[in-house]
Amino acid sequence: MAEKVLMKGNEAIAEAAIKAGCRHYFGYPITPQTEIAAYMAKRMPKIGGTFLQAESEVAAINMVYGVAGAGFRVMTSSSSPGVSLKQEGISYIAGADLPALIVNVQRGGPGLGGIQPSQSDYFQATKGGGHGDYHLIVLAPASVQEMADLTGKAFDLADKYRCPTMLLADGTLGQMMEPVEIPDVEVTPVEKPWAVNGTKGKRAHNIVNSLYLKPEQLEKMNFERFEKYKQIEENEVMYESFMMEDAEYCVVAFGIAARISKNAVVAARKNGIKVGLIRPITLWPFPTEVIAKAAEQVKGFVSVELSMGQMIEDIRLASGCKKPVLLCNRAGGMIMSPEEVLAKIDELAAN
Amino acid sequence: MIMAKVTFLSDLCKGCGLCVDACPKKILIIAKDKINAKGHSPAEMTDQEKCIGCAFCATMCPDCVITVEK
Amino acid sequence: MIVFEKPKALTDAPLHYCPGCTHGIIHRLVAEAIDELGIEGITVGVAPVGCSVMAYDYFACDMVEAAHGRAPAVATGLKRCMPENIIFTYQGDGDLASIGMAETVHAATRNENITIIFVNNAIYGMTGGQMAPTSLPGQVTQTSPYGRDVTVAGYPIRVSEMLSTLEGPEYIERVAVNNVKNVRNAKKAILKAFKNQVEGKGFSLVEVVSTCPTNWGMTPSQALEWVDTNMIPYYPLGVYKDKTAAAVEAAKEE
Repeated sequence: MAEKVLMKGNEAIAEAAIKAGCRHYFGYPITPQTEIAAYMAKRMPKIGGTFLQAESEVAAINMVYGVAGAGFRVMTSSSSPGVSLKQEGISYIAGADLPALIVNVQRGGPGLGGIQPSQSDYFQATKGGGHGDYHLIVLAPASVQEMADLTGKAFDLADKYRCPTMLLADGTLGQMMEPVEIPDVEVTPVEKPWAVNGTKGKRAHNIVNSLYLKPEQLEKMNFERFEKYKQIEENEVMYESFMMEDAEYCVVAFGIAARISKNAVVAARKNGIKVGLIRPITLWPFPTEVIAKAAEQVKGFVSVELSMGQMIEDIRLASGCKKPVLLCNRAGGMIMSPEEVLAKIDELAAN
Repeated sequence: MIMAKVTFLSDLCKGCGLCVDACPKKILIIAKDKINAKGHSPAEMTDQEKCIGCAFCATMCPDCVITVEK
Repeated sequence: MIVFEKPKALTDAPLHYCPGCTHGIIHRLVAEAIDELGIEGITVGVAPVGCSVMAYDYFACDMVEAAHGRAPAVATGLKRCMPENIIFTYQGDGDLASIGMAETVHAATRNENITIIFVNNAIYGMTGGQMAPTSLPGQVTQTSPYGRDVTVAGYPIRVSEMLSTLEGPEYIERVAVNNVKNVRNAKKAILKAFKNQVEGKGFSLVEVVSTCPTNWGMTPSQALEWVDTNMIPYYPLGVYKDKTAAAVEAAKEE
């Protein structure tokens, strides 16, 4: 049993990745996630791993592509503008069906934006991000403990489905310190017969590739990949349900916004409003059925987001627009207070 | 006399003529009257006996069409 | 006795290159080096974007297809996680010297123990003959229809010279494949670039001055001549950096 230590969210990701068997990290400095790189720079040389500060985010993700192709657990991390730069490589990784972890500790945008926390990369993370038809499995932690737990989970999912996964956090979670227990996990090596690690003269050559010049072949690859996505949607949805049993109203929020919302839900309950919270942990696959079921039960939703309203579209889709969905949002690095969420719940309940 | 043998995988030949230029004995030609599976007129040797097996032709061939034996 | 045949490190797939394109010669030289060093089973190659994008079908070793310009970064990843394997990239001028210049320079300055085969034919072939970072002043291409105007497009980049100013790289040589003698020199350079990696010496890049008969608008023979009359004067052949040789020389003088 590992002991509890006080750690920053960013450091918890790094340590959990090492525990999960990741020995190769490539990154480029950007606030507010640089602690991940700094932690890896200290630890990797001591355990025979690779830490390399790449010349750019573009180079870093392509180094990840190389290591993933060779069949090793590998990760990179960045923040919003840097993740935009990585999209080329992420698309190639998805197109070549390689497992890898990309961490995005989000900050406000667009453009250079700011360095304060944000959730405004939701669309980019959950709808593809780069060019072409693909998805990442997107995990959204809401505590330092989850930063650690979901990092290990992300590596397992990546290997299981041969696809890139993303840990989508934000500056608050990256910077906050909480007690965390980083479990010693038994890493079972996954067979990767497709890896490019030298034929040793014993097999035909493997090719890691996303180029298919024959359209019928490329179409087939895309259809097969989406069969895999269907399985992921069926098997891997994760969410937390809080006070939803008798709820008449439902708050939907992820990450740090969910923690703020929880306080508001408790406060609203004290005021006699029967409200609950659904916190998607996987943003893709989105807990569509859970929201659809809630839509049968509640009178309306509030989407609480640190963006101009992105997840709200998925809530509307999932609920079939059967019930009103209000938006409680702050943007650009500002964070809502529980009172602001409470006011939105009151507004919903009043109508 | 040098006993040299040059064989062409004619169906891979694109008729570029780089071997023809490289041959010091000038015994290679592009056979304009022939067409291979790729639709090219392939290179061929006119006088095997004059071949010295220098492999210049094979050295300049971009398509590994030529095998040289001596 | 066979004195010349196709190397084993090439597959049987027919090359898709245009008639007379010297990519085929350079592929063969790489494969010969792999054969001679007996390293096919531990070699992983990285193909670029450009005419040689499908090099992954032609080399019999394991292959990765990289995004445009990113091959040195991909190779860095591969080498860092498999230091005992032999990693090479095969890249054209647009790939290496334009979109991938940052990856090239930084892999060189880190002295990554990889081998880069850089094919410079002064044009973008795959997309139909646009101006490359190495297109010569005045060279007519699809995107420099009045000839490369250096006041607008700048000057062609001499990659070997530029990289040799860095402390990092072990070995940089420019060769050509426009005649038998040059092909044989190119072979020696490519072999050395792989051997350096086997011996753990570090970043080795061979710039191969090549042709593009199709997009230069010439016959294959004319293209080889044009290398002599136009390319080599701007891109002189020779060894630009050889740390080991320099160290041996320095030791002799002492």
